[in-house]
Amino acid sequence: MQTTRRDFFKFATLGGAAAAVFGFDLRPAYAQLRVLKIARANETRSTCPYCAVGCGTIIYTIGDRAKNVTPQVVHVEGDPDHPTNRGTLCPKGSSLAQDILNDRRLLKPQVRRPGGTQWEDISWEDALSEIAHKIKKTRDDSFIEKDAKGITVNRTEAISWIGGCTDTNEFNFLVVKAMRALGVVHLENQARV
Amino acid sequence: MTNGWVDIKNTDMMLIMGGNPAENHPCGFKWAMEAKRNRNAKIISVDPRFTRTSSVADQFCQIRAGTDIAFLGGVINYAIQNNRIAHEYLVNYTNAAFVVDSDFKLPADTDGVFSGFNEAKTSYDRSSWNYASAGGAKAAAGTAAPAPLPPMPEKVDFDLTLQNPNCVFQLLKKHYSRYTPEIIERITGIPKQEFLKAADLFTSVRKDGDMKKAATIIYAVGWTHHSFGTQIIRTAAMLQLLLGNVGRAGGGVNALRGHSNIQGATDMAGLYDTIPGYLKVPTPADGSFDAWMKRTTPTASKPAPWESWNYYSNTSKFATSFMKTMYGDAATKENGWAFDYLPKVDRDYSWTNLWNDMYNGTVKGMLAFGMNGVAIGPDSNKNIDALKKADWLVVGEIYQDETSEFWKSPRVIAQGDMKQIQTTVYRLPCAGFAEKDGSFTNSARWLLWKNAAVPTPGDCRLDQAIVAEIFLKVRDLYKKEGGKFPDPILKLSWNYTVPMNPPLAEVLKELNGKALADLEDPVTKVQIKAGQQLPGFAWLKDDGTTACGNWIYSGCYTEAGNQTARRDPSDPSNMGVHAGWGWSWPANRRVLYNRASCDVDGKPWDPTRRQVWWNEDQQKWVGNDVPDFKADSKPKDHMGPFIMNAEGVGRIFAPLAAFADGPFPEFYEPIESPVENLLHAARSHNPVVTKFKDADDKFGTPQQGFNVVCTTFRLTEHYHYWTKNNPMNVQLVPEPFIEIGAEMANEMGIRGGEKVKVSSARGDYIAKAMVTKRIKPMLIDGKKTYQIGIPFHWGYRGIAEDEGKTSLKMVNALTHTATDPNAHTPEFKGFLVKVEKA
Amino acid sequence: MSQATLRVQKISGHAGSVPGDDAQREYAVCKLIDTTTCIGCKACEVACMEWNDLPFGQTVFDNTYQTMPETRWNYWNLILFNEHEKEDGSLMWLMRKNQCMHCADPGCLAACPSDGAIVQYTNGIVDFQQANCIGCGYCITGCPFDIPKMNPKTNRVFKCTLCADRVSEGLEPACIKSCPTGCLHFGSKEDMLDIAEKRAKQLREHFDFPSAGVYNPQGVGGTGVVYVLHDATKPELYGGLPSNPSIPWSVKLWKGPLKWLGNAAMLGGLIGLVVHYLRFGPKEREETIKEAHEGAEP
Repeated sequence: MQTTRRDFFKFATLGGAAAAVFGFDLRPAYAQLRVLKIARANETRSTCPYCAVGCGTIIYTIGDRAKNVTPQVVHVEGDPDHPTNRGTLCPKGSSLAQDILNDRRLLKPQVRRPGGTQWEDISWEDALSEIAHKIKKTRDDSFIEKDAKGITVNRTEAISWIGGCTDTNEFNFLVVKAMRALGVVHLENQARV
Repeated sequence: MTNGWVDIKNTDMMLIMGGNPAENHPCGFKWAMEAKRNRNAKIISVDPRFTRTSSVADQFCQIRAGTDIAFLGGVINYAIQNNRIAHEYLVNYTNAAFVVDSDFKLPADTDGVFSGFNEAKTSYDRSSWNYASAGGAKAAAGTAAPAPLPPMPEKVDFDLTLQNPNCVFQLLKKHYSRYTPEIIERITGIPKQEFLKAADLFTSVRKDGDMKKAATIIYAVGWTHHSFGTQIIRTAAMLQLLLGNVGRAGGGVNALRGHSNIQGATDMAGLYDTIPGYLKVPTPADGSFDAWMKRTTPTASKPAPWESWNYYSNTSKFATSFMKTMYGDAATKENGWAFDYLPKVDRDYSWTNLWNDMYNGTVKGMLAFGMNGVAIGPDSNKNIDALKKADWLVVGEIYQDETSEFWKSPRVIAQGDMKQIQTTVYRLPCAGFAEKDGSFTNSARWLLWKNAAVPTPGDCRLDQAIVAEIFLKVRDLYKKEGGKFPDPILKLSWNYTVPMNPPLAEVLKELNGKALADLEDPVTKVQIKAGQQLPGFAWLKDDGTTACGNWIYSGCYTEAGNQTARRDPSDPSNMGVHAGWGWSWPANRRVLYNRASCDVDGKPWDPTRRQVWWNEDQQKWVGNDVPDFKADSKPKDHMGPFIMNAEGVGRIFAPLAAFADGPFPEFYEPIESPVENLLHAARSHNPVVTKFKDADDKFGTPQQGFNVVCTTFRLTEHYHYWTKNNPMNVQLVPEPFIEIGAEMANEMGIRGGEKVKVSSARGDYIAKAMVTKRIKPMLIDGKKTYQIGIPFHWGYRGIAEDEGKTSLKMVNALTHTATDPNAHTPEFKGFLVKVEKA
Repeated sequence: MSQATLRVQKISGHAGSVPGDDAQREYAVCKLIDTTTCIGCKACEVACMEWNDLPFGQTVFDNTYQTMPETRWNYWNLILFNEHEKEDGSLMWLMRKNQCMHCADPGCLAACPSDGAIVQYTNGIVDFQQANCIGCGYCITGCPFDIPKMNPKTNRVFKCTLCADRVSEGLEPACIKSCPTGCLHFGSKEDMLDIAEKRAKQLREHFDFPSAGVYNPQGVGGTGVVYVLHDATKPELYGGLPSNPSIPWSVKLWKGPLKWLGNAAMLGGLIGLVVHYLRFGPKEREETIKEAHEGAEP
């Protein structure tokens, strides 16, 4: 159907008046609608990051994965195939597009120095090098090879890691590997609280 | 969850307590509504507030926060008194018939504590919490640490008639006979008639001994957030065993976990006291790998004619394979699989201790990734004070959060000491969920792989790339400069294609495990070549020929590929199994302990809901789900269905070291409570609870004016401290509030929308009042008592905060740091406050 | 680019008879809202905002979980929360999703004087065409459910479209898809009424709701949105759902005995249009499009 909405209504106005006056029927009338905004968007299957139902989501992004396109989210909807949520989403999952594209996102590394009253920008290289040095120094200063009874314990009680609730299994495992290798025992997670 | 989200559709009865799934897990809650629509299932909602779950429940009971054990113990008593129990299940699949050591004493006989309580140490000598040996001989307690407890007897004395006065069933009956409807009314505030109606409704699934129906218990952090949280859940599990609901479709004990991968984080041992797959960390006293294994590997303990698979007898295979994953060739039999490389733990390093140690100067540095520790609390002010004393803090986040900005929190500004704070804070911009691939494990233990949809914005980096680079930089420093015991750092296996940005699929393969040498199954003759992915944990070895990062995840990434990425939605049995969707641990089985869905002969209790069954022709267990059982164990051999327990049966009585605070749950009051414990006033609180005594760790009493019971909660419109950055969710609920019952508000002259100040012994919170009929005053031991509830989603950084719509305070400034002695989870719920007009 | 269209069966302000039949069969679509399984989670509110890209607005705390007092021109889908104490003292927390009811006999369309500003498609969806809206607000008067709302900045009236853009492409409306508990259901009117009646029967027989029933008011010819209510004898409990809604008498008069007046006016309009065309040529389309675009701004 090639008739556009504007065309139709102009025609219908005229035709309607004619019918009123002359009393014959119109041909079928059609209205054009808002274009389906996800008609050609790319679909990526993901999992909602909020609660532990783990709803399947479909993230719709612009572009067809061609090289010259940076995907941008246009919409997020439930994955109708996911056995648990079957396409449904709660009020948080339904607003995920606003989480993906959010002007409150942190975009650059920052540091607050001792006694400082504001954030300062810092390069990734500097930030990660400083952190590595601090970890090493703290570990070396605090490392306990043997406890008071002379038993080998090989731990540091001075470094702590607190892990989040939306870390993937794989990330969690990388953390467990790295932290246990450092001898960290103050290893905790949202899972505790 | 023992079962799963979709499985809830199979239920006939739901007790929803300590959780509010309609608000916090709406999409999982659909299966509760499906059960209502398709099976006429009923919901009993027990909660301190009438919630959106209560709004679709068939019965609602308003309970005083923290009195859940009294309620559940009452239901156990009701079930026993009215013979609403699953007799065959109870005798054969639980330890009801086991006879208990004659030295064991119940709190009714020992002034409110179990036998073995040491007042000075505030801990129990648990050696009397044991079964009696069939021969009558008593096992001797070990002399040296780490095993002061005697072992469980190999052959347990038992009485299948359940008449022996010292058998578990008789002790259970005696213990809970004190939990009468009258005392429950005085403790919980639930009127006797309402309690009886609820108990009758829930236990009606076992009316006249019929086993066809199934009931489920659904809970969340409303149960874990108590100084006796583990024991609340124990009571629920015991009730479900008593009613024969565990292992059944539509049954089970179902923890609705609160975050997308909190199950995975627990499985992966992001916690001080475990290593992946729920293995216990080594202690200094272990001294060697073999001694560690000896201490942590249970031996079977059962009635002589029965069998027990005791699957944890394989512990050394799981641990060895984990160490091979960690340290590769550096882990050898000679060096005890690099036992010395693992840090040894002999005290409590859990959440509240971590902050307490920072507060007291032991913890100097903190890495917090996706974790807003200050807001999450408890006792947020103490956490801010602790961070002031730290040398450095590294925060990986996607939004500004309270933790990274602690040094400019309203508390610090009010105290005017920002410039005195010497903490260096790094804030690293991380990747959002849509920017990362990897797997999440949902509440139902299903692992599902997700794909990255968009690139990271700005200068944000993938979390794994940040942690990998930090670790590799530290490793380089140790290579160049040396330092304290560098071996575990230098020798940690990090053989990823891109070490600075480990592809997560390679990590998942590592978790699954692979053969390090050619393997052959002695029975089937199936061969696996060195380097190939393992099909499952049954292949794990303790001779160093297999590596596996997390034994319960073995099978998730096999030679057939990434099983967690499977997306076959079909479900031929229509039981909600969906075996081809993702992959669930263990071994892709969806309902745990499903052997118990059959009678002793291996026939399903309900032929219309068949999960697994014994196939006489094939001489093995088959089914719509993967049998959680030894496949060729004949029913007549009487192997117990609870294969992870040394007894092979469900534990109504939890022996020895299982729990710190008793083999049966006993009702204790929350640390802050408006009344003395009506069962034993002299022993009001959990006697072995963990409390600190620092300046910030104050506790309030009714005598000091803290006389209102307060509970914290989540709203369906918001997610933790995250969606306060999302304009859509902020529009739904624009600002914080405090829920106050209409009668209390009327008495205090508070109208809806007026500002109210809530104070605890630790801090205060100000927000507008939501005056509602949904919270009613309660009669606690005859005295009118008020309860309030506060949603906790706000802090000092967010849209509403920036717009000046909040008081920039945190609800967790009110909560205290006393914890459950088993799970070390703080008591966020059921503390005391004062309420006044602000 | 997609060219989604829907066939029209009723047009507002239209002096003539209805458009003619086509060769295709059509069935009426319908939204079923089972208030007894609604948990008031507001997923439908968010899904509506997200799908329709509606601009965010400010809300204020008002001693309720309800997002705002009533629907807005840029908030088409609102759950109404009502605490109701039964005679025995027990509490019911009634939640009802409120939005356009897509009446079979729409009061808004009947009241609208502007040709083509409101149409009803042959599948039953009642849709506003803001490009033709003249901002008179008669539709607001004509609606017995108080649904259409005017954007005061652009003088255009908006309401739920039943996601006509999705429906025309074979998808369910956004709210329907999101609903976690399945309290929302979508399909043919015939199927929805069947499911609704069965559910009401189940509530009467197996749950404690002897007066459960279906809300499909005949005063407006039935609705494209039907409710299952715990107590169908008291729809007012659900945030003032009218027990017997009908088109206001003033609108009926206007569209009934006085219809010739409109026809005469329309003939005048036609003459005017011809004169306009002869003097100034065709109206610029860009202008129309610009107007419509402004209408969608916050």
